[in-house]
Order: sequence, then C-alpha cells, then structure tokens
Amino acid sequence: MANGEPLLRVESVGKEFFGNRVLADVDFSLGHGEILGLVGENGAGKSTLMNILFGMPVIASTGGYEGRILLDGKEVKFSSPFEAIDAGIGMVHQEFSLLPGFTVTENILLNRESTKYNPLVEVFGERIRTLDRQGMKKRAEAAISEIGFSIDTGTFAAEMPVGHKQFTEIAREIDRLNTKLLVLDEPTAVLAESEAEILIQSLRNLSSKGISMIFISHRLQEILDLCDKIVVLRDGRIVKETRPSDTDIFQIASHMVGRNVEASSASRPSRPDTEAILEVDKLWVDMPGETVRDATFSVQRGEIFGIGGLAGQGKLGIANGIMGLFMAGGSVSVKGLVIKLNDPAHSLSRDMAFVSEDRRGVGLLLEESIDWNIAFTAMQVQDKFVRKLLGGLVKWRDDAAMRAATQEYIKLLDIKCTSHKQRAVELSGGNQQKVCLAKAFVVGPDILFVSEPTRGIDVGAKKLVLDTLRKVNEERGTTIIMTSSELEELRSVCDRIAIVDNGRISGIRPAAAPATEFGLLMMGSEPAVAGSDVGGGDA
Amino acid sequence: MVAKLKKFIENAGWPRIIIGLFLVSLYIAAPMVNVKVLTSLSDTLVRVGMNGVLVLAMVPMVQSGCGLNFGLPLGIIAGLLGATTSIQFQARGLAGFGFAMLVAVPIAVALGFIYAQILNRVKGEEMMIATYVGFSSVAVMCMAWLLLPFNSPVMIWGYGGSGLRTTISTENYWRHVLSDFLAFGSDTSGTFYVPTGMFIFFFLMLFLVWGFFRTKTGTAITAVGSNPEFARASGIDVNRMRTISVILSTVLGALGILVYEQSFGFIQLYMGPLYMAFPAVAAILLGGASVNKATMVNVVVGTFLFQGILTMTPSVINSLLQSDMSEVIRIIVSNGMILYALTRKTQVKR
Repeated sequence: MANGEPLLRVESVGKEFFGNRVLADVDFSLGHGEILGLVGENGAGKSTLMNILFGMPVIASTGGYEGRILLDGKEVKFSSPFEAIDAGIGMVHQEFSLLPGFTVTENILLNRESTKYNPLVEVFGERIRTLDRQGMKKRAEAAISEIGFSIDTGTFAAEMPVGHKQFTEIAREIDRLNTKLLVLDEPTAVLAESEAEILIQSLRNLSSKGISMIFISHRLQEILDLCDKIVVLRDGRIVKETRPSDTDIFQIASHMVGRNVEASSASRPSRPDTEAILEVDKLWVDMPGETVRDATFSVQRGEIFGIGGLAGQGKLGIANGIMGLFMAGGSVSVKGLVIKLNDPAHSLSRDMAFVSEDRRGVGLLLEESIDWNIAFTAMQVQDKFVRKLLGGLVKWRDDAAMRAATQEYIKLLDIKCTSHKQRAVELSGGNQQKVCLAKAFVVGPDILFVSEPTRGIDVGAKKLVLDTLRKVNEERGTTIIMTSSELEELRSVCDRIAIVDNGRISGIRPAAAPATEFGLLMMGSEPAVAGSDVGGGDA
Repeated sequence: MVAKLKKFIENAGWPRIIIGLFLVSLYIAAPMVNVKVLTSLSDTLVRVGMNGVLVLAMVPMVQSGCGLNFGLPLGIIAGLLGATTSIQFQARGLAGFGFAMLVAVPIAVALGFIYAQILNRVKGEEMMIATYVGFSSVAVMCMAWLLLPFNSPVMIWGYGGSGLRTTISTENYWRHVLSDFLAFGSDTSGTFYVPTGMFIFFFLMLFLVWGFFRTKTGTAITAVGSNPEFARASGIDVNRMRTISVILSTVLGALGILVYEQSFGFIQLYMGPLYMAFPAVAAILLGGASVNKATMVNVVVGTFLFQGILTMTPSVINSLLQSDMSEVIRIIVSNGMILYALTRKTQVKR
C-alpha cells in the first residue's frame, strides 16, 4: 500500500463566507492507514474544512473554495456528499443520523440492503426485490465485529445507549466496501470513558486494516493516544503540525488558544478590589444544549468578567438563567439582594440587561424598525419613550423621543442603515449586533450580560463592539459579564475569566494568566495549582 | 413618473391593484347591462359600514400573533345576547342600541378571556383551534337559544310559546338607528344613500384601535406578535398580552354584529353566526394584511374591495349571464381569497 503517494492531500485550501475568512492556506497530507488528529477551538475552521472535503452543498452555494484536494493523487471536487461517499470517504457525525424506529441492522444497511429476487421484479423493476434478512444480519454483524464490539443487531436505534448508537454509525461506514477515509467528528464526545476506550481500540484496528482517518476531538489525551499526526487549527490557519511523540497536552492546548496575547490584556490597569455586585451560588439552568449544573462565582462592581469554555459546556446558560429566559434554580443576588429567578421582568427591573447570543431568535424584532428594536425594552421596563396622557391613564408611545435616541445610537455605534425606520432583518450581522447593544445601553443597566458579542460579524465590527463595551465599562462604570467562545477575545477585554466545563466553573483566572492554563481548564483537566480556586471569586 | 408608479404598485401590492381594477371595470360595465351605478355604490357603502367593525375585529389578534380570528362567532354570540336582551327589555332607539352594547361588552370580555386561555395552550395552531371554538360555540348556543328564559312575544316561537326564533326583526326597536344618523338620502327611495352614522361609528372604532396600538401596551402586543421570544426577554408577559388582544377582538366582534344587525334589520340566531368569520377574514387579507401584521388601512381598503366585489359581481354577472350565480361567485371570491392569503403565509415564513 505504501506506494509513496498519500491517500489524501490538501493543498492550500481556503474559504471565505461573505467576505469573512474562515480558512486560509490549509496544507496537509494523510497516508494510507494513518490517523490524523484535528484540533482547534470552536470556530477555528474544523467543520468548514470537513464540509469542503465532504462536498457539502453549503460550500458550493457560498462561492466554493480555494486550493486543491487530491485523493489517491487525483484532484477531486465533490459537488455533493454522495460523490464523496462514492469516492470512499465516510463521515461519522457529531449528531446521530440514525432512524430511531429502525433496528441496528436496518440502520447500518439503509439503502444498501441485501435483496432476493421475486416475480414482482419483472413488473415493477429492481426496487421491489425482497429484503434478504438473513444476509443483512450477517453483514451487519460482520461490520460490528470488525470494530471489535458486539451489539444485538435486532435492537431499535431509539432504545440504545448513546455509545451503541455511535458504534452503529461507524459500522455503517465500515459496511461500505470501498471506504478508504473515515472522518470522525467528535465521536467520543457523548461516550463514557470505558466506551471511548473501546472505540479508540477499534479505530486502531481499522487503521491497521488500511483505512485512514481524520479524528476530530476536544479530548486531547485521546488525540495523543490514537493519532499518528496532529494538526492544530486556529482562526482558519494551521498553526502546528506535529507528531504525538514530539508534543504533550500543554503544548497542544497553548497552540489551540494562541500565545502572544499578554500584550493586549496588559493594557488594562489592574483594579482595586471593590464590593461584589453579583453573587451567584449553586446556579443550575436547564438550557437545552448548554446545561448549567452548579455554578458559583461572584463579580465585582465595575469589572469586566469573562465566561469562556467549549460549546455545549454550559457557559451560555449562565446569563440566560440569571436573566430568567430558561428554567433556573439556586441563588443569585444583585447588590446584596436575592433576585427572583425565572422572571425576566424582575431581572430587568434589577438594573440588569442582556444581549443574547441568539441575535435573530431572541435579540431582535426582525420585522420591526430599528427604533422599535432599540427602544422597546426600555419602554416596557422603565417607561422611557412614553408620554402620559389623560393623567397617566393612557401611556402613549413617544415616537419622537424614540427617533431621537435611535439616531443618537446610530451615530455613536456607526450603525449602517438607510434610516431609523429600516427593518432590522435588512441589516448585516454586525449592524444587527450593534442594534442589540444599543437596546441594552438605552436601559442604562448596572450589570450588562453580553453573550457571543462578536459571533458571525466581520473584523471591523468586532473591534467596534469590543471597544464600545470597554468604553461603556469605563465611562458609565457598567459591570460587564461577557460570554464568548473565543478565548482570545475574552483575554483582550476582561479582567478575570471563568471557564465553564460540564456545567460547572472549572476555574477563574485573571486574564493575564497563561493561555495554557485556560486551555487545560477548558479540557476539564484541572492544573495542579488550581485545586482550591473552584467557585472562589477573588482572584 | 414610472418610478412613482412602481413605488405605488409595490406599496399597494398586485392583488389589490388587480382586484381594484376589476372592481372599477365592474362599475364601468354596470350601466351597459342596466345595473344602476348609484344604487350599486350605495349598496357597497352600506355593506362596508355593516361589515367594517367585524373586519376590524381581526386586527388585535393578528397583531399579537394569534393569527386570524376564525373564532369571530364567539364575539358575535356576545353581540347577539346583547341584542336579544335589549329587545327583551323593550329598549328602543339609540338608547336601546347603546343598552345592547352595554350588555354585549361584558359578555364578550368573559368569553374572550376563556377563548384566550384556550389559544394560549395551542400556540402555533391558533387558527385551526379558533375555527373549532367558533363552530362549537355556535352549536352550544343553538341549544341555549331554545332554553334561555326570554319571553318577549316578538322574539319567541309563535306556536310553542318558548324558545327564540331563528330570525328576529329589529324593526320597532333600533333598526337603522346608526345608519340613518346624519344620513344622505334614503335607502328606500332608490336614490344615492350614505349611512353616515355607521361610518362615524366605524371610524371611531378604527381610531380607538389605532390609538391602542400606539400605547405602551399596544406596542408590547405588536412585539409579542412579531417575536414572542424577544418580548419575553424584555420582561413582557406573553400570555397576558395575547389574552388582552383576544378579548379586544372578541369585544369588537360583539360590537360589529350589533352594527350589522341594526343595518340589516334582523337578528339571526342559531346557525347564523357560523360562517360569519370567513368574509371578515377574506376582507382583511384582501386588504393586504398578513397573518401576523395588519393595519387600519388594510381594514378599510380590504372591506371596501371585498364588499364591492360581493355587491357588484353578482348583479353585473347575473345580468350578463341571465342566471343567478350570485351565491356561487360570493363563495368562490371569499374562500379563494382566504386560500390565497394562507398559502402566501408559508411563502413569507420560508
């Protein structure tokens, strides 16, 4: 097999989404039977790279990609996943794509079933051939045993534990006779440790049979154990390509989050300790996909407090829970007084405001004008922009005041729009985000929660948004609690950063702490020095 | 000029322009087939006045995201109860009409509140459920009309001596009290007739609803209809806002049917209210409203176009074809409009 030509070669691949560069100059190659570990933060470009490789339509519909991909020495350009499958690339997705009411066998062999002849075929053609249940069972069992695992092939997918579902997915890819390259997108994320071990072992088996793999995972130890080669992506570029023997967890973690950031965070003067403005004790939030289990921390007046962590670990749930948008419990006190949870109106009345990560779903009235978007919350919560008629009996909307305030913020935040009456849906992502910020500023909160303020917006708008937050913090003394997936961003703006892992605060560090430490906290492995700091609050 | 025309077409929307032109062509064609234009115009105006408030009853629920008020019969039932009660107490003239409203409104508020509680439990399926609320309330009232203790001889069945008739005349009570207030001409003389009082009432209602949606509460209701998640994040009690809008729609439905009855001259009980929602729904959609946005202009334009078509098409086309097609055309136009608008909804949402 080792004829010198690698199975897969990726040459200077790049991709732009609407002028937003997400991948640049990605080069690597993968030999037969090799396993490549791909690591990087959320948004580093891993998914985009895999979408390109797999010929997902989203790539072609947004203008294609740059560079070349060679499979077995021949350039390929897939226009649909079916072509990629035919060429021998299999993909195991993060989310299961199994039919719940089908058995393991049926799921593995869907649309590739073994069939038998029956007379109706003469009339209706090949599609009416009878299923060969016995043959199918054998094939399914063969595929499963190839992984080195055993599942009853008659079980329905809906009734299986997640681990078994994952194995079924992999078995499906293996049953395709021509699979040469298997892409596994976080296959172990949902598995228990023992299951993950079995999976790792079986992947090794497969690779010894000549199947190459691209293995994406946030569990760095697995990557080190399993892979022959490790590629670290950051901001769409390959920052490191190495072999497991030449590196360790610390190095990979610091490559992932970047190193040269000390300069930017040092620009904030160190702050004297003041009283706590927000105290969170044993908070749980039932937010789907971002469950918070037990968060305890406190934030000081005038601070910019960062909340970071990987996607799905619960960092977004904290702000949503405190603002009453998702079912929450535990105790949260603002300026020493305990607030009522699960009641957005109450949270807002306690001088808090929230810029949601879900801009289009929660943050904006897409079909309404900019001035409505900006003024609405302040009007409803604080009776701003309201003229009282007939001795307060009628609370009339004050359109003139709304227009004046909106135009002020359009100028201040440089919102690009035709007028204050333009509908929010017509604005670009960055300008929509500015409208969301303006909405919060109009309320004039003491505590401002900002979630993913720079997600999906271009570099220029990013800078303006972050600068504005800093300015509001300095000039108005607003305490800002910023949640972001981008650690770099948090480190450049915040005073202290809490990292959330598995629904708990795994540690709070000053922003100037080394990136490696944050990287390890994100991976859930507590660095030796930090044991006592969990749930602390004074750093 | 061309740009202006384009802008106008864009603002008005093709359906309204096509139907408007069709209506104009019907008025032009009318004299050729011996249909009197002035009489037709009067008929149109009367029908607009009769139906206007019922169409307006769509607006609050549309604005709060509850969809079109297919449960309009519920409001109508409240209005019918007000009407029958006022006749029972022999209340006549404008005062009698006012008394009917006074009785109808609290009933509408109570029924609207219950209706709202149902709709708040079926978010996303409001229109389907509303239709059945309307239908089943009519069915319940079919029994109630027989059993309620009314005993005014003008209203009860002649032979049994108990139970209300299907049709009750308002002739000696408050027939035309609004229509004839400051009216031009007379509807019996065959000259041009404008039911001024009915229009004054219609525009008063339009003004009140318009004003309501410019208040803090009205703004909150609009936001709930636009994006309930946004409203909730701004501390709005979404269910409460929806409840207010449903009550408002139901009350307008009750007032609307009273206006309708005083002009029509009859109170129609039993199965009468069953299909009342559909022409109102068709009119507001024809006026350019969507299932989650409606304005006062939509109400006025839609009522005029829809009632105009309903008045003109049968008379002109009957004369042309020499046969009675009026009911068929009416059904095709009104249901066709609903179908058109509801399919358009899915387009907007995609």
